Amino acid sequence: MTTGSTRLAGARWVFLLLLTVLLLAAVLLSLGVGSIAISGADVVDALFRYNPESYEQTVVRTLRVPRTAIGLGVGAALAVAGAAMQAATRNPLADPSILGINSGAAFGVAAAVYYGQLSRPLHYVWFAFAGGLAAAVLVYGIGSAGRGGPAPVRLALAGVIVSTLLSSWLTALLLLNQRTLDEVRFWLAGSLGGRDLNIFLSLLPFLAVGLVGTLLLGHQLNVLSMDEDTARALGMRTDLMRGLVAVLVVLLAGAAVAAAGPIGFVGLAVPHLVRVLTGPDYRWILAFCVVVGPLLLLGADILGRVVARPSEVQVGVVTALVGAPFLIGLARRHRVADL
Amino acid sequence: MNARAVRVGPVSFRFDPRVPALIGTALAVLALLAAWASTLGSFDLGLGDVVRVLAGGGTPEERFVVTGLRLPRILAAVLVGPLLALSGAIFQGLIRNPLVSPDVIGIQAGAACAAVWWIVSGGPSGLQPLAAFAGAAAAAAAVYLLSWRGRLAPARLVLVGIGVNSLLTAVTTLLVVRARIWEAARAMVWMTGSINNVDWDDVRALVLALLALLPLGTALMGGLRVLQLGDDRALSLGIPVERLRLALILVGCAASAAAVSVAGPVGFIALAVPHLARMLAGPMTAGVFALTGVMGGILLLGADMVAQHLLPVSLPVGVVTGVVGAPYFLYLLLRSQVRL
Repeated sequence: MTTGSTRLAGARWVFLLLLTVLLLAAVLLSLGVGSIAISGADVVDALFRYNPESYEQTVVRTLRVPRTAIGLGVGAALAVAGAAMQAATRNPLADPSILGINSGAAFGVAAAVYYGQLSRPLHYVWFAFAGGLAAAVLVYGIGSAGRGGPAPVRLALAGVIVSTLLSSWLTALLLLNQRTLDEVRFWLAGSLGGRDLNIFLSLLPFLAVGLVGTLLLGHQLNVLSMDEDTARALGMRTDLMRGLVAVLVVLLAGAAVAAAGPIGFVGLAVPHLVRVLTGPDYRWILAFCVVVGPLLLLGADILGRVVARPSEVQVGVVTALVGAPFLIGLARRHRVADL
Repeated sequence: MNARAVRVGPVSFRFDPRVPALIGTALAVLALLAAWASTLGSFDLGLGDVVRVLAGGGTPEERFVVTGLRLPRILAAVLVGPLLALSGAIFQGLIRNPLVSPDVIGIQAGAACAAVWWIVSGGPSGLQPLAAFAGAAAAAAAVYLLSWRGRLAPARLVLVGIGVNSLLTAVTTLLVVRARIWEAARAMVWMTGSINNVDWDDVRALVLALLALLPLGTALMGGLRVLQLGDDRALSLGIPVERLRLALILVGCAASAAAVSVAGPVGFIALAVPHLARMLAGPMTAGVFALTGVMGGILLLGADMVAQHLLPVSLPVGVVTGVVGAPYFLYLLLRSQVRL
């Protein structure tokens, strides 16, 4: 038993190392590849010996560095938040948007444009963050009111219903008002490109707190993901823990959607993808999510820039096109790890 | 609990007198709603006029408004709602996950992908429901075959379903992005879910589907309850587990595909109505299954009436189902225990 589990732990370290190397390669590719190809020397110069006269170096500095940084942060945040939500609701279909964060953020932006006549994308970020936060508070409030506190099922259902409500309202706003549709449809598509690095930097503290906090809770998530009675018998105050996880997920997913717009699939699928390598231990699942989330997102983003040069395919579309066959293949190949 | 055991000769079964009462009430509400809907609209008609037209009288204009415009739309709502709700009930029971509905595992995405492709490639719009149905059936078959590994594990079905769903949704998005703007607009309306343009052919197809699938689904409910005890126990009780699962999947997919091919992917009903019925009437027995169907009809018809008449602009019904149904759902969620 002991040898088996140490061997497994050793294999996990190797996998984690390999994936990290892959991620580094993806970062370099992401800096070099695009509608104009840029040599490795120019990329290195742009990072360390920046010469504002050089067109190539300016492209790297002002377009590709922000894009890559946002991809790294958003990918990790979405994947980790997804894993935490799947543990807290004990549901393999849960993802960050189950707390209503994506639809809340989208509604926040559209409502600000529609009612507030807001027209500078620079300000979208705070309305997105506020909308996501408000939706999550609403979902958690409804999910934990009534008999017996926030049972996982109740929380999940409240999230789905509030999301439906908000996205219906959003669709109605967009159908009724052409100007709003025109302003927000690019934001709604979810993309790493064309976002401001300063905005991302101002969101970085939220991301950092969320990531570190969730990674420290790996053991608690293991207990929480068992059934309610077992978790309580082991001495966990499950409602309190679920609340804490919800706060961290709001920080992570709220910052992610504010930085890049609503991006699906990563939060849902990456935890399932890494479970094949890690088994059901959330300490490992979270660690792998930090690497695999950005890897999938950056990889998809690079592919999206290359396949339709000089135009681009949205990262959300490519993520699904690339990731879904993986997910299907893994689900077929292995015993499906129960939650 | 109000339920009690009823014995008739050698047969005994559980009987909850509240369930028939609830079904009766729901049917009455549905009938009243349908009657009211038939009198609403810009052309002034009282209930008496509608009855006269149905009996064969009335002026040609009245005949056209009632039988050509209002009746097909009302009937489509009354038929599509139950089909969606029933398929939701079947999949939630089969996969034992409260978040599952046919749209999560790719059936609606298959229909949407095929229909949007049909629109974009300029196919004749009369055959569009057939294309959507073929897409839904192909997606369902793909999910089933890809998750089959000697036996069908529901957890694997969900994962494969998520994969197929995301794949098809991505392809649909690509089709819409690459389409010319007027085709993209038509595709967007279809993907919101709408019964604005149904005709009598659609209604006939829906009637056939509901007549075939409601009795089948009801008959399978007893087996599904046993299946939820776990495969081993169901097998030892003499249930042919795999065949039962296949039958349930076929019925659920057919119901969803029939509804989607006519109305497009109308959200919320398949997910929420089975929960509503369970919160009102208890665990999913054959009776509660029937109640689920009737409540699906009420919700879709009510939402369509709101979409058509109450709002300043006429919206596709898919936008409104959630807004109409969600408050009641949240109220019930606060009041009752949630179980599957």
